Amino acid sequence: MSQPVQPWSGPPVTAGLADAVTASDEMVQLLTPEGRRVQHPEFAFTGDDAEIAGYLREMVLARRYDQEGTSLQRQGELGLWPPLLGQEAAQIGSGRAVRDTDMIFPTYREHGVAMLRDVPVANMLGLFRGTSMGDWDIEATRFAQYQIIIGAQTLHATGYAMGIQHDGAVGNPDPERNAAVLAFHGDGASSQGDVNESYVFAASFRAPVVFFCTNNQWAISEPTIRQSRIPLYQRAWGYGFPGIRVDGNDVLAVKVVTDWAMERAREGQGPAFIEAFTYRMGAHTTSDDPSKYRLSEETEAWRRKDPIERVKTYLLGVGAIDEAWLADLDAEADEFGEHVRAACKSLRSEPLAHRFDKVFRVPTAEVEDQRDAHISYLAGFEAAEGSSR
Amino acid sequence: MSTMTLAKALNAGLRRALDANPKVLLYGEDIGKLGGVFRITEGLQKDFGEDRVIDAPLAESGIVGTSFGLALRGYRPVVEIQFDGFVYPAFNQIVSQVAKFHNRTEGRHAVPMVIRIPYGGGIGAIEHHSESPEAYFAHTAGLKVVTCSTPNDAYWMIQQAVASEDPVIFLEPKRRYHDKGEVVHDTKPLPLHQARVVRGGTDATLITYGPMVKMCAEAAAIAEDEGRSLEVVDLRSLSPIDMVTLTNSVRRTRRAIVVHEDVQTLGLGAEIAARLSEDLFYLMESPVLRVTGHDMPYPNSRVENDFLPDVDRILDAVDRSLAY
Ligand SMILES: Cc1ncc(C[n+]2csc(CCOP(=O)(O)OP(=O)(O)O)c2C)c(N)n1
Ligand SMILES: [Mg+2]
Repeated sequence: MSQPVQPWSGPPVTAGLADAVTASDEMVQLLTPEGRRVQHPEFAFTGDDAEIAGYLREMVLARRYDQEGTSLQRQGELGLWPPLLGQEAAQIGSGRAVRDTDMIFPTYREHGVAMLRDVPVANMLGLFRGTSMGDWDIEATRFAQYQIIIGAQTLHATGYAMGIQHDGAVGNPDPERNAAVLAFHGDGASSQGDVNESYVFAASFRAPVVFFCTNNQWAISEPTIRQSRIPLYQRAWGYGFPGIRVDGNDVLAVKVVTDWAMERAREGQGPAFIEAFTYRMGAHTTSDDPSKYRLSEETEAWRRKDPIERVKTYLLGVGAIDEAWLADLDAEADEFGEHVRAACKSLRSEPLAHRFDKVFRVPTAEVEDQRDAHISYLAGFEAAEGSSR
Repeated sequence: MSTMTLAKALNAGLRRALDANPKVLLYGEDIGKLGGVFRITEGLQKDFGEDRVIDAPLAESGIVGTSFGLALRGYRPVVEIQFDGFVYPAFNQIVSQVAKFHNRTEGRHAVPMVIRIPYGGGIGAIEHHSESPEAYFAHTAGLKVVTCSTPNDAYWMIQQAVASEDPVIFLEPKRRYHDKGEVVHDTKPLPLHQARVVRGGTDATLITYGPMVKMCAEAAAIAEDEGRSLEVVDLRSLSPIDMVTLTNSVRRTRRAIVVHEDVQTLGLGAEIAARLSEDLFYLMESPVLRVTGHDMPYPNSRVENDFLPDVDRILDAVDRSLAY
């Protein structure tokens, strides 16, 4: 990163790979890619192996969810799917650090977190099938609608956190009364004005919001170094709150670090920034062709850091699970996959006529007139068809 | 002369613009190695280098704002906005800075730049990927707004836009990117801000632009089988609007229907209806009708075909106009 660069010239192709090598000594890791538990001076995972097995199960289900999404798109059942492959630990580890009373503002890729928040599969898939716009209940799920406009949600998250603060739901002696917000964004998003403004507002108001930056090394075809010449987590300090880099493929480290950040936010100590260092193993979306811009060697190198394999290795090693346990999990994943497919294929869109009623809470005559004209125009066709029969 | 897709024609036009003027820079997200998500800039970084075909950080306001500075320094940035719905983070820079600079400097300085935006729906996409933002820009004094509908226009208009001394919003009908057509290389192209009669007719004029030109031509072909002669005019320039071509047509047909994907209220149709009624009020046989998107946020893709104007809705409006 310190080598001189020509103005405007492109970053090295293997930016993700090179960075990953230098990243290790400055990032929190508690479970190595080889499945070995390691100590960190500040962070320790205190849960038991049963809890870890629970995360393994959720990561496997998230991966299955994602695989089904990709294949449903291939079959023409979905219009688009943004894969989470490779980011299971980042999503399950962070998703498990929020409480029911906390709020989450996702990007468009947090299907694993959505699953933990009980966003119904059908309601999620409707968005990508084009049968609905984002049909789930924020109050019930505490999981905001997906955001397509890069970074916009970070301001919403900050404002929501300011509301929590105004409600007096931070810093209470009774921790049950406290809440905080988890805001996801990508490495690419870190360049957006909205995102940088959200950091400023969060710091200025000491809002109880945690920025969870999923650094998956790529923003479509652009490597992270196009967005930042210093490690992203180091930026946070310049805004006035702590930044920390965590091995995003280590579910234990992600869980513990996010717990820490969320807890200090709930206690009233203000925002924090987590850079989850991970890798987008798949395409940006099903419309993308990564072979145009990155080397397969890079992807292969990251495959050895797989977030699921290391947990399996560890749990098998200590005897917490066995092959039969894994076979049961496979069966459960198959069943879940079946559920995902069935839920998707049964989805139908309501007619356009209904959408006129969703423009405003308090309807206007203008829009209602257009709706009525639309309905009678369609009725004209039906009448014509009827009479020609 | 050669046959190519509209996407390839843009690519060829951009290549010529880069060749013609070393100050021309292409600038946007994912336009380098990837060649843009629609591959409009494919191969251009390889041939012109990373200093002229520049992958920008992911921030539209940053891209347009720095383009403004580059333009002041004598460069000609050609910005690519990845999809219509992503231009809004740059809206402030476009309407408050780019559009106003010539006025602010009392006519001393312009900021010649092109902002390319793939626009329109009909591609089965998710939210923010199918919008028609043209009216916002056409409404803003100080911006010129153009849109192509054929490969030939794409090839020539992008070069003319780059050569323009004023900032140009260049709208590309993304659902027509893969349509093929003839590109005439050795010709004097139509002036950038002139409309084109796509098809002659006598009973009514369909006034349209961008993605709806093809739809209107189809409607006119069907109408012909039914014994109706429709003229189709492709505006090409949305600001300024070529009223000469429009009034020449409507003076003969005495009936006009404006067709666009953008929503109805305060869209281009409203402006054209007002101007035609000012210019030709006594001559017109019927009010100017509009066939447009409905006044709602762009809908989920499974019902977008009921939102977008189609041949039936156009012919229905023709019936109403003729029956008036
Ligand atoms: C304002 C805006 N500009 C551009 C896009 C197009 N776009 C969609 S995803 C993406 C890259 C995002 O990268 P990152 O923030 O790293 O998230 P990731 O996709 O890697 O999860 C871009 C440029 C968009 N959706 N919104
Ligand atoms: Mg990314």
